[in-house]
Amino acid sequence: MTSITTQTITFKVFRFNTETDYLPAYKEYQMEVTSEEVVLDILNRIKWEFDGSFSYRRSCRHGICGACAVKVNGKGVLACKERMNDIIELFGNELTIEPVSLKRAVKDMIVDKADFWEKHDAVKPYLVADIDEHPEQESLVTPEQAEALLEADLCIQCGLCHYSCPAIEENDEFFGPAAFAAAYRFNADVRDEGTKERLDVVNQMGAGVWDCVKCFECAEVCPKEVNPIEKITKLHNQVFEYGRAPNNVAVRHAVGFAHSIKKHGLLDEGELVRYSEGNLGVLKHVPVAIQMYKKGKIVLPWNMPKSDKLDEIKKLVKISSTVKF
Amino acid sequence: MEKLKYALFTGCTAKESTPEQLMSTYAVAEKLGIELIELSEASCCGASHLQDYDDFLSLVLNARNICYAESRGLTMVTICNTCQLNTAMTKHRLDNDAKLKARVNEKLAEVGLEYKGESEITHFIYAIIDDFGLDKIKEMVVKPLSQFNIAPFYGCHNIRPSELAGGDNPYNPTSLDDLIIACGGDNVDYDEKNKCCGFHAELQSPHTAARLTGKALMGALDQDADWMVTPCPLCHLKLDTQYDHASKAVGRDVKMPVLHMQQMLGLALGCTSDELGLKHHLSDVTFI
Repeated sequence: MTSITTQTITFKVFRFNTETDYLPAYKEYQMEVTSEEVVLDILNRIKWEFDGSFSYRRSCRHGICGACAVKVNGKGVLACKERMNDIIELFGNELTIEPVSLKRAVKDMIVDKADFWEKHDAVKPYLVADIDEHPEQESLVTPEQAEALLEADLCIQCGLCHYSCPAIEENDEFFGPAAFAAAYRFNADVRDEGTKERLDVVNQMGAGVWDCVKCFECAEVCPKEVNPIEKITKLHNQVFEYGRAPNNVAVRHAVGFAHSIKKHGLLDEGELVRYSEGNLGVLKHVPVAIQMYKKGKIVLPWNMPKSDKLDEIKKLVKISSTVKF
Repeated sequence: MEKLKYALFTGCTAKESTPEQLMSTYAVAEKLGIELIELSEASCCGASHLQDYDDFLSLVLNARNICYAESRGLTMVTICNTCQLNTAMTKHRLDNDAKLKARVNEKLAEVGLEYKGESEITHFIYAIIDDFGLDKIKEMVVKPLSQFNIAPFYGCHNIRPSELAGGDNPYNPTSLDDLIIACGGDNVDYDEKNKCCGFHAELQSPHTAARLTGKALMGALDQDADWMVTPCPLCHLKLDTQYDHASKAVGRDVKMPVLHMQQMLGLALGCTSDELGLKHHLSDVTFI
């Protein structure tokens, strides 16, 4: 058994009461932290040992209720699950504890999650099906069919992915990774009949999957390893499979890669922009393109490099394509 | 030490809009005595967009690229974060799913190839740090970059998801900082160094993309960085060519020089400005 060690840690903690404070402030607390503690122990000790008004959400204290999400030095964590040892090893002995979203802070660690729940609600996170009120038999789901959920059902709605998502930070409309994971979870359920409705919701420009910036913050932060971006890709795929892809810049941008690879093996960057934006839309990129051309950063169509063994690539594109647009 | 030798997957951008990145990769490799065999057969990796349209096709094409590293018996080295992630993710999925691997190999067999899973895939920055070694880099530096505050910009796909990345902790990555220090420079710490540049949403979500670029540049400027350095040509494109949109989005002039990781290393190793293609930047980097 490893022995319990203790070290002195300085915590800078976000304090803000929207009802009484004009501005938030960071208060410092110094304490001896043992190797056995988790972040939630520190939150408790701040309340019990320093300031009884310190506020935070907590309930189950074993990683299932999703209430105690906070950020430590920018890393989103479930306070009850995150070991102080790991945090100290990663960031050292000066740590900043903040709510998951500063601009949504209500009191100290407590944030207003209204946007999270509204977006969750928008994707119909429940079974859409005609249920017989007096069924004669069970609606069975085989283990293989359950595997298709890709563990999206493990989500505990803690909001860590939602508030780590840079697209949400910049775009209030964007549904975000948790809502998309929920949409996929029900689309993948064999008992559900709401896939098309949901796809039309997550397929919108601005709010939908096309505005994902592909940063993988959601996959990294998720304490239940739901891997939301994997589900976002699956939703993209379903949009094409169900023939619901609109002819817009985002869809053409994805499809354009296949066109270019079939022709050159490599991506023709200029042609991808033209194909995605259309002949008119591409004009807004001309000023930057001219600057780039002057610096030798634009390859003209007749100089476009090609992969060796292009015939092989063409054949593989032909025999491996699984969808059409 | 035996001479390091890799199969180089250049990706598309290094052959088109960032020619300076390919030039400086070769210039640095020559200085360090690293042999790079270009995978001339390789196709585009799909850049995290092809898989949205046709996931299986994306897997087949990436598996084919890996086949050509395997047939040469070499580790594949990438110079683009997104190429790195797409290739590593393909390898991860095929190596952990025998059925999927069989389906992919069925297609590859039609062109006489087989994905075996024998080649490792690593980003050039980790090849330099982990295989070549920072201590040896330090010994070889002839022009230390000691007069510069340099802001590292890691780029998402080289650090996230961490299970597929090269070993950096995405919440506190150190590889690029270590390389800056090895080159004699002062590494600048700022909040956005491990954040997203917005590149992949540029056409679909221009406002979000411009804001993210602007915030990254602003973060570095506010910590008194003289210039920024990145291991990813896509981040570079976004940060170097889109500063007008970025400045408008954040309401402030955020133009600043951005170098490729290879160019920074090349400068410290004594490569010339021509060898490193410094004239191919939109922001002025001649003062360096």
